[in-house]
Amino acid sequence: MKPGDLIRIVKDGHVVEGVLMPLTELSSKNDIVVVKLANGYNVGVSLTNAYVEVVKEGYIEMGVSERRSASTYVTGQTGKLISVVSTGGTIVSKVEYETGAVKPALTADDLIDFVPELKEMGSIEVIDLYRILSENMTPDHWASISRVVGEKIVSGVDGIIVAHGTDTLSYTSSALAFALMNLPQPIVLVGSQRSSDRPSSDSALNLLASIVVALNAPFGEVVAAMHGSVSDNYILVHRGVKVRKMHSSRRDAFQTVNDVPLAKVVFPDKRLVMISTKYLCRNKKENLIIMPNFEKKVAIVKAYPGLSSEIIDFLVDKKFKGIVIEGTGLGHVNDLCIPSIRRAAEEGVVVAMATQTIFGRVNMNVYTTGRRLLMAGVIPAADMLAETTYVKLSWLLANFNDLSDVKKLLTRNLVHEINDAHEEYLYPRWYHGDRL
Amino acid sequence: MGIDYNDVGLQVGLEIHQQLDTSSKLFCSCPTKLFEGPDEELAKVERYLRIGRSETGEVDPAALYEYMKGKKIIYLAPKGHVCTVELDEEPPHELNKEALSVALGISLGFKSKIVDEVYVMRKIVVDGSNTTGFQRTAIIALGGELFDEEGTVRIQTICLEEDAARRVRDLDGSAVYNLDRLGIPLIEISTAPDIRSPEQTLRVASRIGLMLRLTGKVKRGIGTIRQDINVSIKGGSKVEIKGVQNLEIIDKVVEYEVMRQLTLLRLRDEILSRGISRDDIEDKFLDVTEVFKESKSRLIVNNLREGNKVYACVLKGFKGLLKVEVQPGRRFGTELADYAREWGGVSGIIHTDELPGYGISVDEVKRLYSLLGADEGRDAVVMVIGPEGKCTRSLNAVVSRVKEAFIGVPKETRVANDDGTTRYMRPQPGAARMYPETDIPPVRIDENLIREAMKYVPRDPNAVYEELLTKYSLSHELSKQLLRSPYMLYFFDLVKEFSDDVVTPQYIASLLTIHLKGLKSEGIPIENITFDVIKYVLSMLRSGSLSKDGVIEVLREYASDPKKSINDLAKRYVKKDLDEVTRVISKIVESNRDELIKKKDRAFNIVMGLAMKDLRGKVDGKVVADLVRKLLDELLR
Ligand SMILES: [Zn+2]
Repeated sequence: MKPGDLIRIVKDGHVVEGVLMPLTELSSKNDIVVVKLANGYNVGVSLTNAYVEVVKEGYIEMGVSERRSASTYVTGQTGKLISVVSTGGTIVSKVEYETGAVKPALTADDLIDFVPELKEMGSIEVIDLYRILSENMTPDHWASISRVVGEKIVSGVDGIIVAHGTDTLSYTSSALAFALMNLPQPIVLVGSQRSSDRPSSDSALNLLASIVVALNAPFGEVVAAMHGSVSDNYILVHRGVKVRKMHSSRRDAFQTVNDVPLAKVVFPDKRLVMISTKYLCRNKKENLIIMPNFEKKVAIVKAYPGLSSEIIDFLVDKKFKGIVIEGTGLGHVNDLCIPSIRRAAEEGVVVAMATQTIFGRVNMNVYTTGRRLLMAGVIPAADMLAETTYVKLSWLLANFNDLSDVKKLLTRNLVHEINDAHEEYLYPRWYHGDRL
Repeated sequence: MGIDYNDVGLQVGLEIHQQLDTSSKLFCSCPTKLFEGPDEELAKVERYLRIGRSETGEVDPAALYEYMKGKKIIYLAPKGHVCTVELDEEPPHELNKEALSVALGISLGFKSKIVDEVYVMRKIVVDGSNTTGFQRTAIIALGGELFDEEGTVRIQTICLEEDAARRVRDLDGSAVYNLDRLGIPLIEISTAPDIRSPEQTLRVASRIGLMLRLTGKVKRGIGTIRQDINVSIKGGSKVEIKGVQNLEIIDKVVEYEVMRQLTLLRLRDEILSRGISRDDIEDKFLDVTEVFKESKSRLIVNNLREGNKVYACVLKGFKGLLKVEVQPGRRFGTELADYAREWGGVSGIIHTDELPGYGISVDEVKRLYSLLGADEGRDAVVMVIGPEGKCTRSLNAVVSRVKEAFIGVPKETRVANDDGTTRYMRPQPGAARMYPETDIPPVRIDENLIREAMKYVPRDPNAVYEELLTKYSLSHELSKQLLRSPYMLYFFDLVKEFSDDVVTPQYIASLLTIHLKGLKSEGIPIENITFDVIKYVLSMLRSGSLSKDGVIEVLREYASDPKKSINDLAKRYVKKDLDEVTRVISKIVESNRDELIKKKDRAFNIVMGLAMKDLRGKVDGKVVADLVRKLLDELLR
């Protein structure tokens, strides 16, 4: 008896007939089988004191062979060519109703099936690069995504989209922003908070918007296109180095922090509306710089009451080359850690300070602790997100040999990862008892 | 009309959906109470649903895709009733154990076989009534049966599922849903198609409803129970009729559906005997606005002023068929109009079988036929008014429905009107698209759950009936009424509290049935009357502070405005003692003495009228009448 067989169970005078399904991770393991009935429902039946027979072997095919090809292509209705680099995540997944299995749908045909309007915008090429959950991304993955995207730009496609899981999407967008500079066109990262196998998925609108941006936006920056609200009314285009996932599940989880979004795409008419006037224009293709290397020996340490200096000592002993401290408030960590931080700096580890408040800027001149940390060699990361600081430091350490260059560039604004002026409205409003 | 239901091969299956009265929803901790009050200012969320073109099952995929495309759905999210789970902004929480226990108890009551592990599924629903685009549902038990005098009816499945959002209105072609109802636990009981007559349908539905109420854990009131009815006859189709809320029309719904299917079969025979073929019906739509340039029809004039156009389509050989009545007050033309509305969003159609009419003249009809090159003696013409896109979509839908008429009865999902007739709602989905809800872990049914469920197992309705007759000495009629009453369970709790000479079981039973029904028929919102309120007025009756009439008056006033204090109301109707009542009546008789002697025959009515104005609810009418009669006798003797 194996999954896919049609079976009949007789128990306590009742008969249950259906197709044997694979157990789920959370099924009771000892005695339960999961059976799909003719009406489509699954039920769990205990085989204790039951009589079972196989009515027909291989009634349905399980675990359909996963055809995998490096790239697939569908001709569209315009002369434009759009490359979709797929790295995984729920933006491209498809459910098999027979088995309930959710499989990544990574062909151009699958994309067109789900969002037929894509064809009206151009020919679609899907590059099946990775099928990984975004929490499993590493700096090595950033490097190869950068290389593939760089090659696509050089080969001259009209639009580039990177489909990505949402959990670490903003790390990858930062990585691409540093690895690929002087861009002749936008690079649009896109994900979805509701997987595309659901009728309510946000992925179709996110995808459509990302193509509008990839083809028509005036800027040459790495951006993320995700829902701007819980309605299907507009998609926000965030600068890749300023965006952060701010909610575990909402479709408008992605927000620009300490800056304004670059643009939005308004639905249903798919209109691109600029929000920011400050952006890097599309550059000449020959000016493109590709530096796709990242250092893996970089860590983020969050400051908290009771943080022990041993953690910093450990990283130094393990030959880490960079440490980003997610400090409290304006950029602080308890006094007892300062000697270890000083030792780290002295041994050539670059130590940067971002803030765990997410909003606002690090300023280490205001309080004694901050001043002592500066003296110990800590580099303040201005208003950069801790995640962006981490990616930037990893990139700098892998591409520049001279530590003084690394430190200088860490605080220099390369791709608008630093915003010097925070106007009042950049801080969001929460519910304060006003009428809803 | 006298249809022989055996002859036509009637088969009816029921799906009864009943809301459970649990403290929280099935997959989140929001309450199961509906929002009351104006909803114009509520937070709105706008969404579109879509489904992969290859995933639409047996429905014409292109059609379904078109249907969903661009259909905006508006959700209202009242604070305190809806969280991010209903908004599909957060994954569902674990299955509500209270709801599961009730469902298990009900399954035991129907002798259904409980599954060993419950798996929640997603059932694709694309009309927007679920924010996710699917309904979460799980089979709790399989099999079981229900006795009925016309034959035992098998139970197929008992499911626990989430209720859908509440459609409150349409706005510019978008459906507006209130999310307060989404996620309320529903039990769904499906019977096999073993029911053979409209009367049996009513009986079986009533009995299932009664068993559900006997658990004490189901909601009461309009909309808390909905029955879907599947009706088929020989040569017809299995048609689904959704959401019949009023149990009392359920036999009518079946009767009218049989009537409709029989008529459609006769209509098919007529069409074929006219020698028309499907290919004669062309999807050629013509702008015929010029025919109506000078029209006196207000309908047309108003529309043309708004820049709308009139489009027409010829139904070759169909003259006279559009006025064939398929159900009382509904013609074949009405069926076509349903399609035009649902698929094209026009407000209706105009067809030549109803012309001249709508202010359209004979001359205009003539010119219409001649412009279309159609034969006025043989062909029918259908017109719609609106912008071009809407008109084309509408006429397309009309044409595809007319083509179905060559085959017979289309497989449709229909919705019941208040009078028991039905209208087209949407095409029937193919085999339900179902897949596992991977966000919710399966639940093993163990001894603890079964022990919990035992609390909710409904008693055998026959045993309950026996008890009412013997233990409480209620009449057959009163017992039956009580069993039908949504307040039935109050009876058993109230007789425990009150069993004395004043508040007898008979009195409690008639209060819960006859008297409350009386108030309801006056339009009093009796759903505002809670168990505690009834208990309070009965205790006032027992202590002698309220009369029986006073009980009704207090309930009437309280139900009309539940913000009023029940104490104050009771004080207002406090029972007058006999001396006081005698004083009031004597005074009336004294001051009208001359008139009463003159109008001897009507004296009683005059005094009663005046006395009750003063005494209503403060003493029983019967007491007043006796006193009036006595005093008048003395006066007129
Ligand atoms: Zn909720």
